[in-house]
Amino acid sequence: MKQIRPRLATAWLAGCSGCHMSFLDLDERLIDLAGLVDVCYTPIADIKEFPEHVDIALVEGAVANEDNLREIRLIRQRSRVLIAFGDCAVTGNVTALRNLFTVEDILNRAYRDADIVVGVPTANGGNGIIPRLLDRVRRIHDVVPVDYFLPGCPPSADNIFAFISDLLAGRAPGSEGRKFGS
Amino acid sequence: MSTIVNNRLIIQPVTRIEGHAKISIHLDDAGEVKSAQFHITEFRGFEKLVEGRPFAEMPGIMSRVCGICPVSHILASSKAGDMLLGVEIPPAAEKQRRLVNYAQVLQSHALSFFHLSSPDLLLGMDAPAEKRNIFGLLESDPEFLRRGIRLRQFGQRIIEIAGGKSVHPACSGPGGVHARFNIAQRDEILSWIPEALGSVAVALDRLKSLLDGFASEIAHMGNFPSMFLGTVTADGGLEFYDGKLRLVDETGNAVAENLDPREYFKYLGEAAEDYTFVKFPYYRPVGYPNGYYRVGPLARLNAAKFAGTERAGREMREFKQRGSSNGSGAVCESFHYHLARVIEMLFAVERIEELMHSPELYEDKIHANASLNRREGVGSCEAPRGTLFHHYWVDENGLITKADLLIATGQNNQAMNRTVDQAAREFLKRIPPGTQPDEGILNRIEAAIRCYDPCLSCSTHALGQMPLVVEWIAPDGEVVGRTSRASPSS
Repeated sequence: MKQIRPRLATAWLAGCSGCHMSFLDLDERLIDLAGLVDVCYTPIADIKEFPEHVDIALVEGAVANEDNLREIRLIRQRSRVLIAFGDCAVTGNVTALRNLFTVEDILNRAYRDADIVVGVPTANGGNGIIPRLLDRVRRIHDVVPVDYFLPGCPPSADNIFAFISDLLAGRAPGSEGRKFGS
Repeated sequence: MSTIVNNRLIIQPVTRIEGHAKISIHLDDAGEVKSAQFHITEFRGFEKLVEGRPFAEMPGIMSRVCGICPVSHILASSKAGDMLLGVEIPPAAEKQRRLVNYAQVLQSHALSFFHLSSPDLLLGMDAPAEKRNIFGLLESDPEFLRRGIRLRQFGQRIIEIAGGKSVHPACSGPGGVHARFNIAQRDEILSWIPEALGSVAVALDRLKSLLDGFASEIAHMGNFPSMFLGTVTADGGLEFYDGKLRLVDETGNAVAENLDPREYFKYLGEAAEDYTFVKFPYYRPVGYPNGYYRVGPLARLNAAKFAGTERAGREMREFKQRGSSNGSGAVCESFHYHLARVIEMLFAVERIEELMHSPELYEDKIHANASLNRREGVGSCEAPRGTLFHHYWVDENGLITKADLLIATGQNNQAMNRTVDQAAREFLKRIPPGTQPDEGILNRIEAAIRCYDPCLSCSTHALGQMPLVVEWIAPDGEVVGRTSRASPSS
């Protein structure tokens, strides 16, 4: 019988996918990682709903719309350890630069200037498929409790690997001397 | 799993693509598809949030539009900055920019082909959902996957060498690049070339050997006539960093040639609709909506007359034989984006090797010094997913007063919606009325979108989280009904 491996999930909210690209920069260490953990949810696989009983969740991106809000709450509820993964999750970063403007200003700039304006998308979405934008972009820990912060734009693959290795070994990340904030 | 409720099927999120999206399909009472829409549900607002910031900051900020193709945004932004400075950059800087652009095409295409789409291609569209990913491939075909991982790593490593890190590198800015290139770096890159060529060859052979098994997918996942846009060299060859634009139609004939990318706004327009956050680019002389076109690997191989390197040249000639009218027309099946992508990887590796032997790459002068000389600048290049444009206006202090981005994935907006519609009509037809579609059917509809390798972080640059919805049309072009969103709130 297969040994029960810790369940690892990765998710993205409002960001650029760059932290996930850095995760993929683990390269052949991804193969090692697949032996150590059960990657039970990630945007690069086809499981559609964030599963229950996740041990470690890496969450990229800030909270910018109602879908993000719903998802981060679900992730928190279903994960033992939640990691704010990268600067958008940790500080809001570039995603939060839009907080200098109102949602209406941003929408007007993008759509009213188009050559042909058949319509201007509403911030409220429509038939329930398009999520409403939040007035302000939030950091993850503005919305739910976060266990660890892994900063960087993006965090390097070496830092990601060291961080996960520490957690799997039952150590506090960074206790072996690696600095994650540099 | 997604199910039909009240004549509506929603697949969410669409997985194994870069970013957030949903697909919605509306059925009539007989179970026939009325319309299908591809919704991008994210949006960040870059064109607004850069206002008031110095133009020299743009490569660093615009890089964050996309973590998959940051180099493309950095280069388009740098070129717009070059124009604001009014300079021609030194040859070493141009060569280095070309190098990182090829590296980025290579790593991004490797990600799309090996990590995201090869589970569909190798394991099959009907493979169990929990196995249909790179970890499933790890069990069934570890050596193939390892090659893909290392090919992507090669591209990322070149970017890291040139710019200090593989994602959001500091590799280029207005006026040139930031660090000289040296012989030790050359030697490391050259040491990868044989393996990279071998891996691309394996990918090409494998993909071609599989195509016969996907006849139905090839016929129904975005198979329709359209125009195709790409950057070409002065004599019409495949080009990624700097050139003229060429637009061809499905017959393979040029609709327009020698278009100056710095004047893109004169012949490319954008329409906004209230039911989607991604705008609809179109070719102005034809108008909206009929002036839509495709961009990216398939479009580039259709728009260019030849590749210009030995191996990719051979493959491209063979590729063009797949075109309509016995090879004289364009290749119109979006499924062949996959094949075009692998051929472009081959081209990129060949060009990277060539650049290593260019003496200019190692010259000391890497930056043109100038201050602000103009108030408007445009930069463009071929990003992995298609032609990319950055357009900035600045005040007398060089602060951005307005920024426009025209992004590759956005230009495929209409084509992607047509594709979802075509795939939904074909594959949902195969289930008895009143029953639910199985995983394989649903996956085929998503796989139709994966052909384009859409990057939703990019396409929704315009405003942060952009939900994009489109509904489309019957094969004969009739609009089969459009779901209106709520009217604008402002």
